[in-house]
Order: sequence, then structure tokens, then C-alpha cells
Amino acid sequence: MTTRTTDIPDTPSDERRSWLREHSELGVCVLLLALGVLVLTDALTMDVDLTQRGPVGPKTVPVVVGVGLLVIAALLAVDVLRGGRGQAETGEDVDLSEPADWRTVVLLTGVFLGAAALIEPLGFPVAGALLFWGAAFALGSRRTDRDPLIAAVLSLVTYVVFNNLLGVPLPGGPLMGVL
Amino acid sequence: MDALTSLMDGFGTALTPVNLLWAAVGVLLGTAIGVLPGIGPAMAVALLLPVTYGLDPTGAFIMFAGIYYGAMFGGSTTSILLNTPGESAAVVAAMEGNPMAKSGRGAQALAAAAIGHFAGGLIGTTLLVALAPTVADLAVDIGAPDYFAIMVLAFIAVTSVLGSSRIRGLASLLIGLTLGLVGLDQMTGQQRLTFGSLQLADGIDVVIVAVGLFAIGEALWVAAHLRRLPAEPIPVGRPWLGRDDVRRTWKSWLRGPFIGFPFGAIPAGGAEIPTFLSYVTEKRLSKHQEEWGRKGAIEGVAGPESAASASAAGTLVSMLTLGLPTTAVAAVMLAAFQQYGIQPGPLLFEREPDLVWGLIASLFVGMVLLLALNLPLAPVWAKLLRIPRPYLYAGIMFFAAVGAYAVGGEVVDLVILLIIGLIGFGMRRYGLPILPAVIGVILGPNAEQQLRRALQISDGSVTGLVDTPFAVSVYAVIVLLLAWPLLKKLGALTRRSPSA
Repeated sequence: MTTRTTDIPDTPSDERRSWLREHSELGVCVLLLALGVLVLTDALTMDVDLTQRGPVGPKTVPVVVGVGLLVIAALLAVDVLRGGRGQAETGEDVDLSEPADWRTVVLLTGVFLGAAALIEPLGFPVAGALLFWGAAFALGSRRTDRDPLIAAVLSLVTYVVFNNLLGVPLPGGPLMGVL
Repeated sequence: MDALTSLMDGFGTALTPVNLLWAAVGVLLGTAIGVLPGIGPAMAVALLLPVTYGLDPTGAFIMFAGIYYGAMFGGSTTSILLNTPGESAAVVAAMEGNPMAKSGRGAQALAAAAIGHFAGGLIGTTLLVALAPTVADLAVDIGAPDYFAIMVLAFIAVTSVLGSSRIRGLASLLIGLTLGLVGLDQMTGQQRLTFGSLQLADGIDVVIVAVGLFAIGEALWVAAHLRRLPAEPIPVGRPWLGRDDVRRTWKSWLRGPFIGFPFGAIPAGGAEIPTFLSYVTEKRLSKHQEEWGRKGAIEGVAGPESAASASAAGTLVSMLTLGLPTTAVAAVMLAAFQQYGIQPGPLLFEREPDLVWGLIASLFVGMVLLLALNLPLAPVWAKLLRIPRPYLYAGIMFFAAVGAYAVGGEVVDLVILLIIGLIGFGMRRYGLPILPAVIGVILGPNAEQQLRRALQISDGSVTGLVDTPFAVSVYAVIVLLLAWPLLKKLGALTRRSPSA
């Protein structure tokens, strides 16, 4: 997949920006590199004198993985600079012809974090319903009559199934205290 | 016949009302998931991993196997009616099935697929009954070096056979291995990559990684590229087949499994390759060449679908007898085994005969249920395709959160889940396959343990890793896999040089 943009950028800064956009996959290399450094640092600063048992200690595999990450980061960088591109995943509901809709992704992330923060003070049924409603809203659903109802029913049923039938405890929160 | 008596006992387990219920829940859920866009069987089983906290293992695996078979079944419905395959296994079904639906033969296409799945599943599962105990017997003496070799094979196979880029596959595997390192070292208790955090000292639960990568990653990825107008399914009635159609397809139904089963058992990408091979075979043998690619040929639906089902049975052979996951679903099921503290492998047949044979017997039960339920229900399933997408993906986010929170009742787990989901998002954006990362997390810690155990026995000598015939043959396969692209290039060169 080496599609080149046909329009010629007119200023050097534009040129650099479009080069960076074309080669944004280099960001993956940087992340892999950082991960490799992190794993190696952690492995090499490990104090294993007391815990070593057998010829291979707890250090060996992390060192191998860390070095592997560095090597792969370099190989991937070479591949990207030579024009190789990872193919974005396709799917039934995925339309790659339009640019990514970052607003939805950020909204969804925010809704998810919000629900995570509310799960303990408000309990699962409320936080779960807010999560479903919020996520559906972020994804473009605007049926204010139907959405909250579906969210509430789904959340309550899930709570009962997990908490009472499967024996997986979920926090009920003040609402369940009242009911 | 030892296997037969065990199988009869298995039916005793599978036909209890409770297990029958789980089988029915599994196949219904599986079919729904196969039909629904966006959810694959691997994601579904991952989302259901939390039930392992409340359910006995036999019931859970009966349900998971039902989901696996059911999803194969449902995937073809989407292919035929929408021309957008729900699972990778159903890509081929779209090629002939959708033209059939467009020319008004959708009902026949659905029936050919359904009966194909039944035939493929039946033959595949019979082969599983015949072969699995033998494989388990052969492998019963394998020790640490052999296990390590099998896991290396799994790593190499998922990175180099699947996907288009080996580098990206390896990057994904290494990400998974890194996630698997987090926590206390199993043999010494040494903290690794925990950064002093107590939460991380327990390691990152496999459920959270699987749900994060498969479910949250997918939901975020689709959210970023959501199709504004979902495709319209072609309306269809109750599936049925005329006598002429049966005469054309019965051989295809019988041929498919023998292509599908072996490919399912080896780490070569599950059903993708065998469905395609079956398609090519059927096309070559067909007496109705004029229909292929135009009106749609019914053999091109029957053969591949039967191959797909049989490959699922083949996958179970490797997973149950060797603990070797060859597809994403098998990998997640392996994670479920780990949740129960059960190690799949040759000893599984000795240690957990009730579980294994109950599971195998339930596959037969599931197949009958699928056929009985799905022929009449096809129009109902087709309605599922109209579910509003915001609800579908909001639901995935919701159940992902439930699953991660159920692991330990910790809010931190939800944050880790989201981070892993964002990693999954990035991986989809830049073409890093998901499966190697999941296999890395699930098998990585185990592989390290086997490696260290093997080296402990041999007192640090590397020869300890290759001192059994089994390990040596596995490494030979690995070398072959690694050298394959080179060999292909060489072959192409020598073929070209005489003509040049």
C-alpha cells in the first residue's frame, strides 16, 4: 500500500507535515522502541542475587523480549521508510474512505472513564446505564425516549444476572439499597 | 473401542438438562454473534470469560464450543445476504452466496450453507473423536522441552503464516509477551515491570487483555470509521433446497470437511485457507461453470461452508491434545482453561475425562440444535442485521466493562482495559494483527516456565531443549515455516531461469 498524494505542497513546512502524515507509522516504531527500553531497563536493574534458581533467572526472558522490541522497532522503521505500510483493518461497519472521526473516539474514551469513576459511588446499575447511554450518544444515537430506557434495562438485567445468578459480585450502590 | 465408550459417557454429561441448556445458549448466542456485524466469535468468548467465575468448567466450555460452531454458522448468513462477511471464515461464502441471493436464490444459498455446516461439523467432530485420543496418547510423555517447542511453534506460526507482514506480526507478538511479563515472576517471585505498584504485581489478567484488544479496540476502531449508512440486507424467506440442488451439492458437503479439518488442526490461520481451497476445488469440479461468479453456484457455498465447520473441529484437536491454539477463538478458550487452572494437553484426557468427552459430545448436540433451530429461524436472524449500530457498539463497550470489572472488582482494571483497548485501536490502524499479541499474553508466561524448567533439568545446557525426538521434529517444522518465503522465492527463480 504505497499511495502517494498527488498535490504538491508549496512550502517546506507543509512538505514536512505531509511527509510526517505519510509516515505516521513511524510513531509505532517510536512506541516499540520506548517499550523496548522500558523492558530492558526494568530487567537490567532487577536485583536477582537472592532469587536466582536454576540456570535461567527471571531476567533472561525480559532481556530477550526487550532486545526483540528494539530490533523490531528498527526493522519496522526501515520497512516504513522504504514505503511499506500496515494495512488498516477493514470490517462490515468500517468505512475507510472517510478520515478518522476523532471526536467520537475521544467522547467514547471520556464516557468510559466517567463510568469507571462513577461505578463505586453510584453502583453498577447506574454507572452501567450511563455508560451505555453515553456510548450510544457518542456513536450518534439521539433517541432521548428510547436510549435511556434500553440502557437502564440492560444494566439492571446484567446486574441481576451477574450478581444474583452467576455469583459475581457487582456493587449495587445506593439505588440497590433503596430497592 | 475405548473412545466410543468415553463418548457415550460424554453424551451422559452433555445431555443433562443444565448442559443441554448451555449448549442451546451457546449455539443461539454464537449464531447471533456470527450474524451481527462487528462481533466475532473470539470477541464473544472473550466477553463471556467472566462467566468462568460463576459457572462450572464443563458448562462453560460446552457454551464456548457452541458459540464457536454457531458463529461459523451465522457468519455465512451475513455473507450471503449482505455481501460483507461477518468472520474471515465466511469470506468465500460471499463470493457465490451473495450473487445467488441477488438472483432470488437466497433461500437455497442459506440452506446449502446450513446443511454444509451440519455435514462439516459432523464429519469433523467424528474425526476429532477418532484422532484426539490417539494424539493425546502419542503426546502423553512429552515434557518441558516439548511444551516449549510447541509454544515456539505457536508464536512463529501466528506471526509468519497469518497476515501480510511478518515484521508487524512479530511486533504484535512482542507487545503481547511484554504484557505477559508484568507481575511477579512465577518461579522466583521477582517483581517485573510492576514499577512498585501493588495492582500490577498480580499481573494483568488475561481476561482484561483479551477483552481490551478484541472488544474495546474494535469498538473504538469502528467508532472512528463508522459507516454512515449500513448496507441493506437482501430480504429472504425460509431456507429450502429442491431435489436438483441436493443432487448438485451432496458431494460438495462431503468433500469440504476433508479439506477443512487438517487445516484447522495446524496453525495456518483457521478456516481462511481451507474455505478458499474448497472453493477452488468445487469450481474446478462443477458441471455448471456458467453460474460461477454470475448467478452464483450453489456448490461454491456448500463446499466451503462445510470445510469451515470441519476446521473448527480440527482446531479443537490441537487445542485439547497439545494446548496449541491455532485460531483466535482457541486462544481465548485456552485463556478460559487457565482461569480454571486446567492445563490443556495430553493429560487432559486422563485428568478431566468428563469435561473433555462432555465437550465433544456437546458438539454433536450443538450441531443438531443448530440445524433444527436455524433453518426455520433464518429470517429472524436476518433481522438482526438491522440493529442500530450505536446500540451494538455501545453494548460491546458495556459488556467489556462488565467483564473487566468482574475480574477483581477494581476500578483500576477498567483503566487498564481502556489503555489496552487504545493499544488495540492503534494496532488496527497500523495493520498490526491482534492474534499474535493475544497468543503472546496467554502462552508467554507458560512458555517461559517450560523453558526454565527444561534448562533446569539439563543444568543450563541448551541441548536440553532439543533432546527429544518430539521437540526436534517441532523445531524442524518451525525452520520450514521460517524458510518458506525463501524457498518460494528460490522456486520462482529456478522456474523463471530456464525460460529466460
